[in-house]
Amino acid sequence: MDIKVNVRESEGDAYVVDLTGEIDVYTSPKVKDAISELIDQEHYNLVINLEKVRYIDSTGLGVLIGGLKRVREHGGSVNLVCTNPQIKKIFDITGLVKIFGIFDDEQGAMKALV
Amino acid sequence: MNPAVAPEPTRSLVELKIPARAEWVAVARLAVAAVASRLHFSVDEIEDIKLAIAEACTNCIAHASEDDRIEITSEVFSDEVRVSVRDRSVGHKLGSVEKDGGFAEGKRTEELGVFLIRALMDEVTYSVDAREGTELVMIKHVMG
Repeated sequence: MDIKVNVRESEGDAYVVDLTGEIDVYTSPKVKDAISELIDQEHYNLVINLEKVRYIDSTGLGVLIGGLKRVREHGGSVNLVCTNPQIKKIFDITGLVKIFGIFDDEQGAMKALV
Repeated sequence: MNPAVAPEPTRSLVELKIPARAEWVAVARLAVAAVASRLHFSVDEIEDIKLAIAEACTNCIAHASEDDRIEITSEVFSDEVRVSVRDRSVGHKLGSVEKDGGFAEGKRTEELGVFLIRALMDEVTYSVDAREGTELVMIKHVMG
């Protein structure tokens, strides 16, 4: 089990983090490192693309929540791209759908960034 | 639902011990998913079980040393799967997180795992014993 992380610059100051694989207690530190590095470099508008993520647990959700809190302190935002019903269900039942913008495609997520 | 799988005629027991380390959690969740697939659970329900077992193991790891082991026991009945996750530590905080009401942003992220377990499984009980450690028992019923 592994996670692949790809970071790329997009429109304006926004960055996209493409994730592929499974985000769990073992792999989530790698995701956290990528997001933290972007924020440390003062990039506060992020799109996290979960389209190729097959599985996420509470540690993965915790990483996303932590990233969101940090960018919000600087007036930024984190939007998610996700169409996987099982993963969307996790955001639904935890209520996290209310604090993240979750979009069906990258264009929509980019457009909605603050 | 998997129509190719015959109903489990009697109770079957599958036991697994893993090191209490993050890299082994995937083994536990996949093993229990394979066991649960003996029953007529939907794909979504199997995913629920996988996540709940992973959260239980992650909770154990948070309280264990690297030399500790986690014992995962799956019991398959005709209409439910019962999974016990046990470690030798004492003091998990499972009682304060409620199933209903969603997860508020301000809560600690460690509580999120327990919240998910309670939301995804039909019955959840836990016990703490100074000698035996902590055991979390989760049951998922076959619906329909």
